Amino acid sequence: MVKIEFILNGRPKVVDAAPDRRVVDLLRQDLGLTGVKEACGAGECGACTILLDGLPRLSCLLLAAQLQGRQVLTIEGLASAQGPHPVQAAFAQAGAVQCGFCTPGMVLSSVALLERQARPSRQEIRQALAGNLCRCTGYHKIVDAVALAAGPGEDQA
Amino acid sequence: MTTREPPLEIGRPPRLDAAAKASGAEKFACDHYPPGVLWAGVKRAGLPHARLRGLDLAAARALPGVVAVLTATDVPGVNRQGVVLKDQPVLVADKARYVGDALALVLASDQETLARALRLIRADLEPLPGVFDPEEALKPGAPLVHEERPQGNLLLEGRVVTGQGAAALEDCPVVVEASYDLPRQEHAYLETENGWAQRGEDGRVTIVVSTQTPFRDRAEVAEVLGLEPGQVRIVAPYAGGAFGGKDGITVQSLLGLAALHAGGRPVKMWLEREESLLASSKRHPARLHYRLGADQEGRLQALAMRAVYDTGPYDHLGGAVLTLGLEHAAGPYRIAHVDLHGLAVYTNNPLSGAFRGFGVPQVAAAMEQAMDLLAGRLGLDPLELRRRNALRRGDINPVGVTLTGSTGLAACLEEVAAHRLWRGGQAWRKEAPPGRRRGLGLAAVMHGLGYGPIIPDVANAKIELTAEGVFRVYCGVVDMGQGNAGTCLQLAGMVLGQDLAGLELVLPDTDRTLPSGSASASRTTYVFANALLPAATALKERLLARGADAMFAASPAEMVLLPGRLKHLPSGRELDLKRLASLLDPAERTASHRYRAPVVPERPSPDPALQLHGLPHGVFSYAVHLARVEVDELTGLVRVCDYLVAADCGQVLNPQIWEQQMQGGVAQGLGYALLEDFPAPEGLPQCRDLSTYLIPTSLDLPEIKCLAVPTWEQSGPLGLKGCGEIGIDGPLPAVGNALAQALGRHLVEAPFTPERVLAALNQTEPSAS
Repeated sequence: MVKIEFILNGRPKVVDAAPDRRVVDLLRQDLGLTGVKEACGAGECGACTILLDGLPRLSCLLLAAQLQGRQVLTIEGLASAQGPHPVQAAFAQAGAVQCGFCTPGMVLSSVALLERQARPSRQEIRQALAGNLCRCTGYHKIVDAVALAAGPGEDQA
Repeated sequence: MTTREPPLEIGRPPRLDAAAKASGAEKFACDHYPPGVLWAGVKRAGLPHARLRGLDLAAARALPGVVAVLTATDVPGVNRQGVVLKDQPVLVADKARYVGDALALVLASDQETLARALRLIRADLEPLPGVFDPEEALKPGAPLVHEERPQGNLLLEGRVVTGQGAAALEDCPVVVEASYDLPRQEHAYLETENGWAQRGEDGRVTIVVSTQTPFRDRAEVAEVLGLEPGQVRIVAPYAGGAFGGKDGITVQSLLGLAALHAGGRPVKMWLEREESLLASSKRHPARLHYRLGADQEGRLQALAMRAVYDTGPYDHLGGAVLTLGLEHAAGPYRIAHVDLHGLAVYTNNPLSGAFRGFGVPQVAAAMEQAMDLLAGRLGLDPLELRRRNALRRGDINPVGVTLTGSTGLAACLEEVAAHRLWRGGQAWRKEAPPGRRRGLGLAAVMHGLGYGPIIPDVANAKIELTAEGVFRVYCGVVDMGQGNAGTCLQLAGMVLGQDLAGLELVLPDTDRTLPSGSASASRTTYVFANALLPAATALKERLLARGADAMFAASPAEMVLLPGRLKHLPSGRELDLKRLASLLDPAERTASHRYRAPVVPERPSPDPALQLHGLPHGVFSYAVHLARVEVDELTGLVRVCDYLVAADCGQVLNPQIWEQQMQGGVAQGLGYALLEDFPAPEGLPQCRDLSTYLIPTSLDLPEIKCLAVPTWEQSGPLGLKGCGEIGIDGPLPAVGNALAQALGRHLVEAPFTPERVLAALNQTEPSAS
């Protein structure tokens, strides 16, 4: 066991964990953050996506020691006291949520996209989300939701 | 009075479950880690057909942290499970019939110990000759999957003959003939099979599980455990996708058995993706042979078809899947003479079972591609051919059922005919860039709703006004992502005049909600709303009457339910619902209603086995699918550029949820058409993960346009019919027909991979040398 210090959803966190504990297990089982989903355990589906220093990363492929000194954001840390994050609100409003199992990872990947590109085209949204599998929606309304969250822009096709 | 929202109304987004799912707060079955939880897992056969001579469990049992290692002899009740036919062991006693069969169940203190213990189990398996081709399986002398069956490897044979049957083909001036092979498809729901269980001090076993069928699970698990059904409780949270793959037992019986040996501790089981792919049921691979005849004007006269469905090692609803396939085999057309012959056959291949579409995508693939062959032979526009034969209300459908309900296929065809994607199609084809070819393809499909004539298609709804003055809605049917739970709340809120704060949702729980059947068969909202609306109305009328008495009103007609309160309209006086509740006996605060769906009075097939397995249905949804595809001549890669589906699902309550069902069904159907295959030569699956079993990503799918063509279904609640499956029946033949137009020849083997497309291109291109 080693002591690992990092920022979790905006707050300093210190955990004692095996350095090779998978981050998805650390978050879900040890810290109760079950909004982080696991659907393949092999980096193929994106359900376990978290933001690590603002970038989407797969928590099933990360080990606990890799969190040392980093900023970790899970779906639970996305909303503010004022309410859901605009991307979360847009997912609900646009009908991008069906079974909801891909949703946390999909939302976080979308947040990261909009951070680096405020007005993505629909094709750019599709490219940014290509690592997040969804079996329910056919992605159409997920693309709608990200476009809605981005707000009116040049690409309104 | 506190500020309240206006009463809920049908049709408004957002879906009521969306916010909790988008925030990460919603707890799926897999999200529970109760304190002190043990982990359970199984040792699987790994061989497709093998005699189990023994199990060496000593090393596993000796491993510190292992709580129990259980085998077939530890099953206290009946070591058999299955929905129609109980032919699947919980734990193998004598022989394994497919690679995924479970041999031993291990309980351990943690996941690592569990994995080590499973590796330490030595199974003494004697490989047996297997049977991997359903046609071979039917031949005399073929290895038997179930030796005790007098029918050998035949699970079910069904035949529906009307008119002159196949003989009528001889009188047809035009006959087309083709064979089609359809692949095995994996559900690939993101939440793999899982749950957790615990035995209480009273001996009752509670199982929280990702399932479509809580009440049926209760009966099955009780039988396995040798308990009364009342001693088992199944709780079904929102499921992370299911699509038919959780219609029936996955981990439930194993979890129940584990709970009996956990010393009162909770025990959790969660299949990894590789194990899920190996063990879970799939869509039936099928081989179909079609002979379709018409007159010179393109009026369909006769169809003879034969279908062979590979059901794998166990029934697992395979008989019902075949039967629904037969019922839909002739498509949504008037055909006076049919001979529909189907066989579901046991093999040692991966397990086949229920999958959205339930036998219909296979036959729709064959029928709709045969229709385009016929159109080509007649020189008729494919849409015109379908228009000339489309079923209308009052017609007798191909299996002999008079269509008394709403029948909107012709209107769907006209919507597509008028749409720019169809009208501009030929111009669009001509604009194909160099090295690319383009094509358009249609498919017209229908989908029956519910269980058919024998299995009672029942829902029981319950609503309670709690002592706190909130309406608690007991939703009896699982929500696996369709949004039906939220729709239930909307319906209750609409009738009872309540906002979201005035309503509470109880998800399926065999201790709390009432039996309402499976979340399947395009039935969920149809049957449950048909029970819920009368229950809500009955409770409303009782509350209005009791409120009128309490407020000295002249009549209940002067009263109205508003969020959190009852109002006397003439005087404007209000009565808080909490106060009203305190005036009532608890029994008065609850209303329930049982609904059983009507069955078709006609019995076109005298075969009792086909009736038991669901034939015939009386309520059908209809759709016309249109795909526009582009083929890369160098790579064979197919891109679906545009997709349109026009569908009659009766009235549409929530346009957004309806579109979700259409788009989701089409997406899975496009995966079926282009990507998805689960090959298992000699019974050994070749796909171990989601990089070898490919499902569509956001870059593989087009925008999916949906047109509602609403009819009013008189038997439906508020005029609706089912919409869960009609979206998946059409994409494969629509893409197949589009490819045929682009390539100049039909592909008969799906999925339409680049390799197959290139092979077809090479056959049509004149050789350069």
